[in-house]
Amino acid sequence: MGYGRGAAAVRAVEDVSLSIARGEFVAVVGPSGCGKSSLMKLVSGLHPPLSGKLTVEGQPVRGPLKSVGMAFQNSNLLPWRSATDNVLLPLEIVEPYRSRMRAERAAYRDKAVKLLESVGLAGFTAKFPWELSGGMQQRASICRALIHEPDILMLDEPFAALDAFTREELWCALRDLQAARNVTVMLVTHDLREAVFLADTVYVMSSRPGRIVRRCEVPIARPRDLEVTYTEPFQNIVHELRGLIGARH
Amino acid sequence: MERSVLALRVLSPAAFTVTLFVLWEIACRVLNVPLTILPAPSAVFGALWQYRAPIASNSIVTLWTTLAGFLMATVFGLLLGILVGWHRAIYAGLYPVMIGFNSIPKVAVVPVLILWFGLGEIPAILTAFLISFFPIVVNVATGLATVEPEMEDVLRALGASKLDIVRKIGIPRSLPYFFGSLKVAITLAFVGAVVSETVGSNKGIGKLMLDAQASFQVPIVFAGLLVLAFLGIVLYGLTAAIEQRFTGWAFRGRSAN
Repeated sequence: MGYGRGAAAVRAVEDVSLSIARGEFVAVVGPSGCGKSSLMKLVSGLHPPLSGKLTVEGQPVRGPLKSVGMAFQNSNLLPWRSATDNVLLPLEIVEPYRSRMRAERAAYRDKAVKLLESVGLAGFTAKFPWELSGGMQQRASICRALIHEPDILMLDEPFAALDAFTREELWCALRDLQAARNVTVMLVTHDLREAVFLADTVYVMSSRPGRIVRRCEVPIARPRDLEVTYTEPFQNIVHELRGLIGARH
Repeated sequence: MERSVLALRVLSPAAFTVTLFVLWEIACRVLNVPLTILPAPSAVFGALWQYRAPIASNSIVTLWTTLAGFLMATVFGLLLGILVGWHRAIYAGLYPVMIGFNSIPKVAVVPVLILWFGLGEIPAILTAFLISFFPIVVNVATGLATVEPEMEDVLRALGASKLDIVRKIGIPRSLPYFFGSLKVAITLAFVGAVVSETVGSNKGIGKLMLDAQASFQVPIVFAGLLVLAFLGIVLYGLTAAIEQRFTGWAFRGRSAN
């Protein structure tokens, strides 16, 4: 079991095992409190597993993984740093960038600015977080998760706090980023439309104890346009998934 | 815009101060208050001018003992604050000890300091230091201890060490607390220095006022008070300016844009 060059599996929470191929976009959906975020924290190494085994790229996970970039529901940008400096933060921590920081600061800064511009933040790179809108903050936060070129991008409900229109904009931004960099993405969300629109594979988790109850491959061709979300096949998948979540009314 | 800020920041306090002095002068003249009880501002400023040489030389002593004690408190307070905020166990262990220490009225420590170091500037510096480091420690430690776990997660997810987290998040985040505490600390350091001079010293504004009081030169006592108030405002203004300069991000509403 493990995350590999081809396909592999990770085990967490309770009897959860998911295999994620390199470059795949995986979404995990489920009712609130089903352990989606825990799963993510386990996989990223933020929380050590109490029991069981967890392997990523064939290696047991003992601590935080440098090959992972994370973004959370709150942008968690540091208020004393400009957008660019926030994006630079991982490079100040992760090797080999860390030791080269002094020599290559200008180049790194350039890279951060380019990345921010690629998500539509041109002209806002020198702004401080409080001068950015919620959507902009979240864009910067995703840039920060990507700057050190991780193999895996983990997103924990990154768009949950945004309004519907900004959210759809950011779906497209994320879609383009992922296509351009071919990064593996694991997205935790409770928004089924978001999951189906973005992901190759959607995993549905059940309520406590957190278990994977369904693995659903989205057969819609990529790259997808926002219009897709109004088509019947799309609606059918969302409807089917909604049935699996099984909240009582 | 610039003009209205000037009016608000400079003219308004100046007008209030002048009004206060005028009222004080009128009250003294109308009620015929004896000079030994409450001298009128004209008498106080007269004394200030007449004894400007001794007042200036003593002010400089008070000023430098205050600043020396304050600088010691700043360095020591920052380091101890980081240590206390570093880990919950250190926080829990050291905090009660510090509260106990801080509860001792510092006037009571001055005789001991004089016993150890003799009359002079060292007891004043140490009193200023002892009285002013506590708020710095408390504020820095609080700033460190209240870092949002989510913010730490951002760094921990990258494999950052505890030292990295403190350097990149803890310290910058507690800087507003630190600079905020400097404003309190400078005032306290000033109090400490003057208290020490009043208890036992051979120089300083406190000593000058004590001597003037002993010889019933009440206008000089009040002149000393005026100088103290003036120095207090200057020192406070300096630390407030430093605070604005370094932690503008925490005052976004007012200083940004």
